[in-house]
Amino acid sequence: MLASEAGTGSAVDISAMDIVLWGVLPYVMVVVLVGGLLWRYRYDQFGWTTRSSQLYESRLLRIASPLFHFGLLAVIAGHFFGLVIPMAWTQAAGMSQEFYHFNALLVGGIAGVGTLGGILLLIYRRRTTGPVFMATTKNDKTMYVVLTAAIVFGLWTTLASVFEGEHGHNYRETVAPWFRSLFIFQPDIAAMAAAPFSFHLHTLVGMALFVIWPFTRLVHAFTAPFHYLFRPYIVYRSRDRDTGGAGAKGTAGAVGARSSTVAARRGWSAVGTRDRDTKNR
Amino acid sequence: MRVMAQMGMVMNLDKCIGCHTCSVTCKQAWTNRAGTEYVWFNNVETRPGQGYPRRYEDQEKWHGGWVLNKRGKLVLKAGGRVKKLLGIFASPVQPELKDYYEPWTYDYKTLVDAPLGDDFPVARPKSLITGEDTKITWSANWDDDLGGSAEHGHLDPIVEKVRRESEDKIKFAYEQTFMFYLPRICEHCLNPSCMASCPSGAIYKRVEDGIVLVDQDKCRGWRQCVTGCPYKKIYFNHKTGKAEKCTFCYPRVEVGLPTVCSETCVGRLRYLGLFLYDADAVTAAAAVTDPQELYDAQMDVLLDPNDPAVQTDARAQGIPEDWIDAARRSPVYALAKVYKVALPLHPEYRTMPMVWYVPPLSPVVDLLRDQGHDGEDAGNLFGAIDALRIPVEYLAELFTAGDADRVAAVLRKLAAMRSYMRGISMGNDPDDSIPEAVGMDGQSMYEMYRLMAIAKYEERYVIPKAHVEQAHDLEEMGCSLDFEGGPGMQDSSPFGEASGRPVPVAVETFNALRDRQTSGSAPGEATLRGRVNLLNWDGTGAPPGLFPERAQSPEKAQSPETALPGAPTDPTPAPGSRPGDQP
Repeated sequence: MLASEAGTGSAVDISAMDIVLWGVLPYVMVVVLVGGLLWRYRYDQFGWTTRSSQLYESRLLRIASPLFHFGLLAVIAGHFFGLVIPMAWTQAAGMSQEFYHFNALLVGGIAGVGTLGGILLLIYRRRTTGPVFMATTKNDKTMYVVLTAAIVFGLWTTLASVFEGEHGHNYRETVAPWFRSLFIFQPDIAAMAAAPFSFHLHTLVGMALFVIWPFTRLVHAFTAPFHYLFRPYIVYRSRDRDTGGAGAKGTAGAVGARSSTVAARRGWSAVGTRDRDTKNR
Repeated sequence: MRVMAQMGMVMNLDKCIGCHTCSVTCKQAWTNRAGTEYVWFNNVETRPGQGYPRRYEDQEKWHGGWVLNKRGKLVLKAGGRVKKLLGIFASPVQPELKDYYEPWTYDYKTLVDAPLGDDFPVARPKSLITGEDTKITWSANWDDDLGGSAEHGHLDPIVEKVRRESEDKIKFAYEQTFMFYLPRICEHCLNPSCMASCPSGAIYKRVEDGIVLVDQDKCRGWRQCVTGCPYKKIYFNHKTGKAEKCTFCYPRVEVGLPTVCSETCVGRLRYLGLFLYDADAVTAAAAVTDPQELYDAQMDVLLDPNDPAVQTDARAQGIPEDWIDAARRSPVYALAKVYKVALPLHPEYRTMPMVWYVPPLSPVVDLLRDQGHDGEDAGNLFGAIDALRIPVEYLAELFTAGDADRVAAVLRKLAAMRSYMRGISMGNDPDDSIPEAVGMDGQSMYEMYRLMAIAKYEERYVIPKAHVEQAHDLEEMGCSLDFEGGPGMQDSSPFGEASGRPVPVAVETFNALRDRQTSGSAPGEATLRGRVNLLNWDGTGAPPGLFPERAQSPEKAQSPETALPGAPTDPTPAPGSRPGDQP
């Protein structure tokens, strides 16, 4: 299941580190991501939310949030084209390498800069708007660091290839085959090992992002409400058919704490700002 | 036809004294939590006034409710499904905290802790959002009793509209002012636009009683409902990131108790009861072209519970017999459709609201009295209602989409009732020309008076209990191992103390019962984690933890507190002793 000999034929030596990073880590990441998401979906529906801060501030958010999110959607689409669609296919479709590269840089660059600008503006807003900063948890801060790092390093790989021009690294011969080989459980470690450091760094930070994903507010992305396009406007639900605990609690938080030894349920903590003091950050 | 039951409320605005008891008790019951400091599921507004949040009725700004598109189809004013999803990353017209108000508390501790000095210590206002010193500039009822209306009165969207149409006739000069209170809760609409706006489908209407609730587990915090609700009665809990709203106190209503706001209402102005309505007719009724006909359309959706055909259909839909009976005795149905004195709030939003209002006659009566006229004479009252166009037009903008004649008709009924009953209580012969002038007879007028003025508790609140024959199904649904502390669950998780679910009672009881059967002693602390389970207690002995530990030392045992006559001094009670034996 490790390095397939029928890789790209690259003459790079595969070290033990390469095997761990490009042969083992991706699968660990997937296990944590999928397992974490399932676990959280099962046990933390109440915590599964965008935790929007628009109530506190919306002037900056109105610009920054769509800029970041739409930019990110374009970036994800770009990753799909770059990683999933083999070079042979685009060439068979008559798309020259130069044309592909130019487009990837142009569209990817714009999307990346938009995403980065968006998140920088969002971080600026989060830091400078008092209530928003107070509502920021340690968890959020960690997530922002990893997310921003992933974007910055990703943009670096793109911009680097702009300056390198013709001689730039073609990730469609290294990273992309490795990415696809992961799905057939024959990781092409040699191909990935041949990629430059910037790609290694971006990939590692990206994997770190996916590892922490289920445990941060980013989970809201996995419940993107596409079903809104298809569901009826008016929703009837029987009291008797409510699912599980919802039958008893239904709305506005949940049933109260069952005894004083159990801490108050989320959403039912006392009014005040004690829970927002510095030790919580 | 699909007959459904709907819990509804009617508020008789003539009786509201603006004491805010409903708001306060509601807040104590539901929103005294972190994240909902600024939230008032029930609020009382002084009208004319801006309301809470400020100018919420200005739908050109807030885009709440439904509108008809060019093809006459009902669409959300804030946009269709695709537009909503595209605007999800930053809700385009969501009110900010400053549109409600910044909640605050006071630094009371300083009053106690301040060192001795020449000056009195002051409890400074502190923001409940930032914890910093704050300046109080607005609240949920800042313009109470027309406070500041000379400055802010023109900001009331209804005043703006009436002024536009009547060339600046509403003056805020004190002597010319009229005023009334408008308590507001969620309307529990038949055609709720908040529900239609929710991308997650987390907001739902209960089939049994029509109460609109937010499923806190399904809500993902997309915030579109806040925009969607034209009454701005969906609030964003900034701590949990979930939408919350008035629950119609469903845990109370389910057991036949009135809502907290109704129960504690000093003026006894709230009525609770059932409507039967045709759910299949709602969308068509909400799509009537002329906004002023929406009231009639809404009336047509409400079904007559005394009609045998309706009753048959209701039974076929599984509505229990006692609910049909409650619908027949429903005070809200009587006020809305039989006497036609209760009107929906802003029918032009096309949401088919189910909290109704009896418009206040008091501005008219007050004015007559202030001018030295007999405020209870039918002729005077009828004349004044026709002459006082401004209050009537204002009320019409609130309750009938601007149809002043309809409001005037309701006010005339109230005036007739006042005048007719005054005659009777003065010992005169009933003047049946008065009820006839408003299309009623003496008998129905007296019954209306009984319901509105005497307003007995049992007549104001006709609340059928929820049918909990299937209660055991409700109690312990799902896998019995999926509880906090069960397999796969940690006592505290990285997401906070509320992750997971509470221990189902049946599991706890099962464990306690098994312990008892196998160990020979009463269930102990180990299985109950500090709690006491009395479900298995047969009266023999006392389970540990039922009473506080008593001191073991002889001096303590002799002390006056514990050495009560007849009380056993031994800390372990004798077998057979009852809890009442303990001091």
